[in-house]
Amino acid sequence: MSDQLVGATGERVFTATIEKDQRIEPRDWMPDAYRKTMIRQIAQHAHSEIIGMQPEGAWITRAPSLRRKAILLAKVQDEAGHGLYLYSAAETLGADRGDLTRRLIEGRQKYSSIFNYPTLTFADVGVIGWLVDGAAICNQVPLCRSSYGPYARAMIRICKEESFHQRQGYELLMTMMRGTEGQREMVQDAVNRWWWPSLMMFGPPDTESPNTAQSMAWKIKRHTNDELRQRFVDMSVPQAEALGVTLPDPDLRWNGVREHYDFGEIDWSELKRVISGDGPMNAERIAHRRRADEEGAWVRDAAAAHAAKKRRDGGAVDAPEDVRGPAAETMAEKRHGGVAHSAGGERHGGAVFSAGEEREGA
Amino acid sequence: MSFDDAYQSLTDHDDDARWAYGTGFSDPLAGVPTALPDGVDGAALAAYCLMIGDDALIMSHRLQQWVTRAPELEDEMALANIGLDLLGQARLLLTRAGEAEGAGRDEDALAYLRDASDFRHVRLVERADADFAHLIARLLVFATWRLALLDRLSASRDPVLAAIGAKGVKEVAYHRDYAAGWTVRLGDGTDLSHQRMQAAVDEVWPLLGELFEPHATELALAGVAVDPSTVRAECDAVFSQVLHAATLDTPAAPPASGVSTTVSAVTGGAVLSEGAVLVPAPTGGAASGDASARLGGRGRDGVHGAELGEILEELQGLARANPGGVW
Repeated sequence: MSDQLVGATGERVFTATIEKDQRIEPRDWMPDAYRKTMIRQIAQHAHSEIIGMQPEGAWITRAPSLRRKAILLAKVQDEAGHGLYLYSAAETLGADRGDLTRRLIEGRQKYSSIFNYPTLTFADVGVIGWLVDGAAICNQVPLCRSSYGPYARAMIRICKEESFHQRQGYELLMTMMRGTEGQREMVQDAVNRWWWPSLMMFGPPDTESPNTAQSMAWKIKRHTNDELRQRFVDMSVPQAEALGVTLPDPDLRWNGVREHYDFGEIDWSELKRVISGDGPMNAERIAHRRRADEEGAWVRDAAAAHAAKKRRDGGAVDAPEDVRGPAAETMAEKRHGGVAHSAGGERHGGAVFSAGEEREGA
Repeated sequence: MSFDDAYQSLTDHDDDARWAYGTGFSDPLAGVPTALPDGVDGAALAAYCLMIGDDALIMSHRLQQWVTRAPELEDEMALANIGLDLLGQARLLLTRAGEAEGAGRDEDALAYLRDASDFRHVRLVERADADFAHLIARLLVFATWRLALLDRLSASRDPVLAAIGAKGVKEVAYHRDYAAGWTVRLGDGTDLSHQRMQAAVDEVWPLLGELFEPHATELALAGVAVDPSTVRAECDAVFSQVLHAATLDTPAAPPASGVSTTVSAVTGGAVLSEGAVLVPAPTGGAASGDASARLGGRGRDGVHGAELGEILEELQGLARANPGGVW
């Protein structure tokens, strides 16, 4: 068959699959534009998870109780995990993680602008959980039905964890509101700073969102920006009341005719400014990521060199060229309840390396 | 299943703490008897729990400082995971210390309201890491040592310590695996990584002696605590196996006992050396007033480097700035 014919058949199958609400899988034929759009969307999402570790990660060492410290450390670790899933999903489309990371640190690919705002107090940790994660969930739940299979499946797990983070954030705020007057002020101040940026997370209004129609036709987007934003406002207002905080919008009120909350005009010029790189923390976030990448280069080189030596020696190679293997495998084993190394009984002098780890060099 | 269910989870109205439902923790020691076993001195037990609890707390703090700075995403997750495991151990041990002490202090009072001289961790854990190789060298030593201690602790006469030991063995076995794997990769990687890994091992090795020196508190708690001198041979065998696989030289063994044996007895509170602050021996608990108490390494007697001051400023600053705050 000629390439043209394959393309024509492929396109018919692709369109039928989308119409039947089924999933496109990595080896299926897909239009180039679909592939590019998916890579861009998944990569931006992955970048957002990784950059999103920074504003909250900065509070782990300073968390004011050990319980909050454990919660926050676990949350930031989850975000690293989300980034990892998502980069892997992008790789099923032919992208390369290292290349995507370079695009991020060179400013050629975006991440969610919300992370360009600073976290000024510990209440910000709670408000990020409640509002930012809440908004992210509104955006992301429909993505569990994305037409691209690997992304949809990754999103199911991510949404479950995000939902947990959102509750933990809300619980921190409830606790702080029961504390001192100073703590209540801290919470209100954080809400005042994060409310409008959270609304901007849904993107520009539908009238100015040029890609929405194509994305909805391809079923990689299920609701418009304005629909999701309204859903978030409707969800958040009663939560704010229960918490005892005010949302900083004098125009916010219930509309009995629409059966939704009306809310004030968003300052779109601010969103544009932050997206175009002029937010309060854009430069710091990228510089931090770049530094980590540069400072880790010699470590990644070493792992690659070690793996190459082992291959040359004909030993069991447990790491691909770029070492993503061993740590991840051991982690996976551990996270699934297995113990990476036989721990009990023996007196640890013998088997230091777990199965699959090289020991013939000893 | 409808994926829109995740929305429901955000807006469920079925309990009072409705939007914070599901945020509690299960008690890892559920069902373990917490009464002090017969014949065990509460003050001594509290002092011991602080030693191994502070080891975990401060090592976890140093790992937390690596978050968002790891060389690769998998390591980001692994280091956070190890830090989280150690934080969990610290919480259980500080809680046990508070119970055994009987003065009403909980894990947070002990973590946030003690001053530097009241911390009882070994000096190894407070060291700042110059690079990833230093972190790996410290983690290899720490996890190997702690795994051996926890393994023996799982047979402790104190049921709480025994449970903590049994739980910790599973966790720290992975920490040791992780550190051993990276020691080999860096040692037997590029020329640059070999140099850096060897330099890190050389810098960390002088801190080893303190780990294996028994402290009076440990000796007073036979059957409850672990005498660390009993795990030396096992640890040395592991170090030698890993360093050999990593094509690294094992540095000469450090002196069998820490300098504090003589120096602190003589100076009793003067500045020990540049960058090291010698703080007075404790005035309460099992380790007080007795010459044998100074047998232990320096960290175990509350003698720490200036680095601990920086750690505590970061760890405790926010909590102390908000007296009466609830978190």
